[in-house]
Amino acid sequence: MTRFGGRHYSDAMSVRAIRIDAADNVAVVVADVETGGRVRLDDGSELTAAQPVPRGNKVALAAIAAGGPVIRYGEEIGAATTDIAVGDHVHTHNLGGRK
Amino acid sequence: MSDDFTFEGWRRPDGRIGIRNHCLVLATVVCVAGVVREVGRRLPEVVAVEHPHGCGRGGPDIGLQLKTLAGLVQNPNIGGAILVGLGCEPVSVGLLSAVIGDSGKPLKGVVIQETGGSGKATEQVEAMAREMLAELAEMPRSPGTAADLTLALECGGSDTFSGMTANPAVGKAVDRLVAMGGTAILSETTEMIGALGPLLRRAANDEIAAQLKKMVDGQEAVTRKILGDFADRALAPGNVESGLSTIAEKSLGCIAKGGGTPIREVLAYAQRPGKQGLVVMDTPGYDAESMTGMAAAGAQMIAFTTGRGSPAGFPGVPVIKVSSNSNVYQRMMDDIDVDAGRVLSGMTLDEVAEEILTLLLRVCSGEKTKAEVNRQDVFAIAQTHQAL
Repeated sequence: MTRFGGRHYSDAMSVRAIRIDAADNVAVVVADVETGGRVRLDDGSELTAAQPVPRGNKVALAAIAAGGPVIRYGEEIGAATTDIAVGDHVHTHNLGGRK
Repeated sequence: MSDDFTFEGWRRPDGRIGIRNHCLVLATVVCVAGVVREVGRRLPEVVAVEHPHGCGRGGPDIGLQLKTLAGLVQNPNIGGAILVGLGCEPVSVGLLSAVIGDSGKPLKGVVIQETGGSGKATEQVEAMAREMLAELAEMPRSPGTAADLTLALECGGSDTFSGMTANPAVGKAVDRLVAMGGTAILSETTEMIGALGPLLRRAANDEIAAQLKKMVDGQEAVTRKILGDFADRALAPGNVESGLSTIAEKSLGCIAKGGGTPIREVLAYAQRPGKQGLVVMDTPGYDAESMTGMAAAGAQMIAFTTGRGSPAGFPGVPVIKVSSNSNVYQRMMDDIDVDAGRVLSGMTLDEVAEEILTLLLRVCSGEKTKAEVNRQDVFAIAQTHQAL
C-alpha cells in the first residue's frame, strides 16, 4: 500500500518532497520551497534547498555530474546538462533529454 | 465496493453492451456542420457530431476517416444513427453506410444536395431524430458486467503530480477492472517515448514487445523529424510550468494509467480490441484524436486524468475526470469528478481507485459525468497527411 506520509503538505519547519522509487536521485516538492528552506523526505531524511524550488518541481537528492542520468520512477528521465549538487532545483535549465 | 460490478445497459445486435442509448446525428463531411449543429440545438437529447473531415484528403486519410466514423456509429453507446452528407464528398452517406455494414441498429441518411438545401435537410433530420428517439426509448435494458466494459485511458494537461496520484490511482482501478474480465485501452504513443523499458517488461509475449518497440520508436522518429532538437521537450507549456522537464518524465507518469497487468494486444488507430485485459492503441498524444480512436474502437467510457485542468469530454461516451492535485480540483469542480490530489495529503492510491471504480459503476448505471453535464464534446480524427 502506497501512502505518501503525513496529513499535511508541509509544516513550519520543512516541506515534504516525494521520492517514488528508491533509485531516484530527484524528489518532487509538494509546496514552494525558498532558498535555504528545509526539504523532508518520507523516510525522515532532510536536505536544504540551494535555490527556490516551486511546488511540483524537482529537487536533487544526490550530486549528479554533467551528462549523468537523472532518475525518477526508477527510470532515466534525462541527463544533467550541468553539474548538479544536492539541494539544487532540477528542471529544464539543467536537465535535458537523452540523445 | 465489493468486486460485484453489474449494471443495466443495452445489448446491441453484435453482442456488445452500451451504457448509453444515444441517437447519433453524424456529419459525414465538414460542409454539413450547420445542419448537424441546428438539429443538436433543437433536440438537445441527440448526440450531434460535426467535424472538419470528409473531403480534401488522399486515400489513406479518407480510409482512416471512414473507419473512425463507422466505429463511432458501431460504438455500443449509440442506439441508432442518422448520417448527414452533402452529396459530392468522398466520405459519402452511401460509402459510410457500406463501411458500417449491417450493424442491426437503426441507421438513416440525409443528403443535403438531394433534399433541397440546408433548411429542408434540417427539417428532415429533425423529424427522423424525433422518430428514432421514440424508438430508442422503447428499447429494453439488459444486464452487463465488468467483462462487457472497455475503458479508454487518457491524460491531458499533465503535471508532475499526475504520475504519482491520478495516473497510478486509475492504474489500480484498471487492475481491478481487468481482474473482473474487463478491458482497458492505453494510448497516446507520443507519451510512451522514453518509457519503453517499463512497457516492454509488461508485454505479454515477445511479439507484443516487438510491436510496442516498433510503434514507440516510429513515433519518436516522427517527433524528432517535426521538433528537431526540441523533441526531448515534446511538452505543452503548462506541463513545463508545472515542473515536468522532459518527454520521458511525462511518459513514465502517463503509462501508470495502465496499471500493472500484462499488455495483451497492440491495436492500430480505431481498431477494435480482440483480447480482454490491458491493450495498447497507437494514437497521437493529442487528446481529442486519441479519445476519438478509442471510442471508435468501442470504448464505452473514458477515464481522463488532468493536472492543469482539462474540461474535455467526448460525444456519446462518458468521460470521468480525475485531478492529480487538489488545487485544480478546487478551481475546476464543475469539470472534475474525482480528486486524486488527496494522495498528497495522506489518502492511499487504493482508496482513490475504489472511488473511481464506484463512480464507473454509477456512470454505467446512468449517472452523468461532469463532462456529460457540461456537454464538453470534443472530436477529431488522427490524420497522416496535410489536406490537399
